[in-house]
Amino acid sequence: MEQVGQRKIDGLWLTVVGIAVLFFLILPTLIVIPMSFSGASFLEFPPTSFSFRWYESYFTSPEWMSATKTSLIAAVLTTAIATPLGSLCAYGLHCSTPRIRNTVQVLVIMPIVVPVILIAVGVFSLYAKLGLNYTLTGIVIAHTALALPFVIVTVMSGLQNYDFDQELAARSLGASRAYALWTITVPQVKFSIQTGAFLAFITSLDEVVISMLVSGGDNATITRRMFNSLRDQLDPTIAAISTCLIVISVAMLVGVQLIGRNKNSDK
Amino acid sequence: MSIAETNAASPMLQNASTLKSEERRERMTFFGLSLPAVLAILIVVFVPVFWLSSLSFYNAAGELSLENYERIFNSALYRRTFVVTFQISISVTVICVFMGYPLCYWLTRVSDRTAAILMVFVLVPFWTSVLVRTYAWLVLLQRNGIINSSLMSMGIIEEPLQLAHNLTGSIIGMVHIMLPFLILPLYATMRSVDTDLVRAAVGLGSSPRGAFWRVFFPMSLPGLFAGIVLVFILSLGFFVTPALLGGGRVQMLAQRIESTITVYSNWGAASALGVVLLLLALMMIWLMNRVFGLDKLFMR
Repeated sequence: MEQVGQRKIDGLWLTVVGIAVLFFLILPTLIVIPMSFSGASFLEFPPTSFSFRWYESYFTSPEWMSATKTSLIAAVLTTAIATPLGSLCAYGLHCSTPRIRNTVQVLVIMPIVVPVILIAVGVFSLYAKLGLNYTLTGIVIAHTALALPFVIVTVMSGLQNYDFDQELAARSLGASRAYALWTITVPQVKFSIQTGAFLAFITSLDEVVISMLVSGGDNATITRRMFNSLRDQLDPTIAAISTCLIVISVAMLVGVQLIGRNKNSDK
Repeated sequence: MSIAETNAASPMLQNASTLKSEERRERMTFFGLSLPAVLAILIVVFVPVFWLSSLSFYNAAGELSLENYERIFNSALYRRTFVVTFQISISVTVICVFMGYPLCYWLTRVSDRTAAILMVFVLVPFWTSVLVRTYAWLVLLQRNGIINSSLMSMGIIEEPLQLAHNLTGSIIGMVHIMLPFLILPLYATMRSVDTDLVRAAVGLGSSPRGAFWRVFFPMSLPGLFAGIVLVFILSLGFFVTPALLGGGRVQMLAQRIESTITVYSNWGAASALGVVLLLLALMMIWLMNRVFGLDKLFMR
């Protein structure tokens, strides 16, 4: 009896801590949403009046709009480049000998492991020599390298669950390597490739440190402008921008979850 | 295909060498497919970081020397930076463990459906921009923010606490950013633990607590370790949250590197700091590879 009582107390304790930690994670993430609809001219929570004035201030500001455009274009281009390059790399590594694979794998995850401030400072001085600072090209190249590991890791884990003999069968029946890859393998790891693309997009959109140094002028990203603005003061316009960014992140997450569900129901 | 072309002299040998050269060509093709991605990473990550590191070995006169290292280890300012960086990284990691472990364990005990729904509470912050979450904490922790005002209305404190723009604020914000990095590998490992083993231990007379500590806990350690290393590495080089929530009073390594370059243009000292940070990160990764296996990152 005593043990059952003890177990109940343990279970209750665990539930309370678990729920508290979940609230700690989610509440600060979502708190900017109600704040963004506040009518007051300073930040208050809970808001006492409702208005769209901060959205208006965001959508009518030429600076914020140009930064938003730069960020979205950079994210789309990064996704468009990193997804095929990363997928091809994953395919190549999957078929390579273990020795090559292990070496290249370590190399490929370095952009995640090396502190991003070092990459940012290094890229900044390299770009200074090449004249790439404050250009869209420069941002996209740097973001592509940061996004590649995510694409490679997701596609490689997708390939691990794929029966490679199918591609060999297609080739033994006369398909060329490229044709077999495109018509047999790619459709079956499509979901991993899509997940990788979502990750690449969000990596580029949310990247702060490299953008802070490398982007600027007409090509300042939204994160650079937000960071600089937050250093000075708490402008409520940022709440409206943050809400838009949260909506995009959640949309990406839902996309990935839906992909996961499709994948499981296919099996 | 090339069988017809081979000379009759030693068909077996000829075949073997053809096969071998074909295999080699095949391997090069595969390697070639990886090349564009590898090149992009080399150009953006390796070349600039190595070049930056090399700067640390030259003094102001352009001669090879270890002057920069002497300076960063002898100056009280830089020593303070190292102390603060470790202080924050260790605190953040420890707090994440004490928050993340009970949560993950709880998630393994509720039904799969409930756990999947509750994981949304972890994944939404994980996917949300670090900048957005830091902004939220700036608002929550400010002098007249909701945390101070509710503590005051409850009569717990009389004066507002200084929560933002200092060490406390930086640590709170960083724990929020880092926690998912601990939870995700830990939860994945816990889910793969065979719970029948725990039940067997209880069936054989162990108390539930004994079964947890002697059976379940040891099997969850690889995931816990991976999470700890991940959180610690990311904390060591973290820039955004301490830069904003520290309000200039908290200088971690990454901020010191940035300000040494953008404010003082002292590339030598900045790159020496960078080399130390890089070595620390690589050491942690090496450790993680030894204990956990980096390969695990590529299989889920």
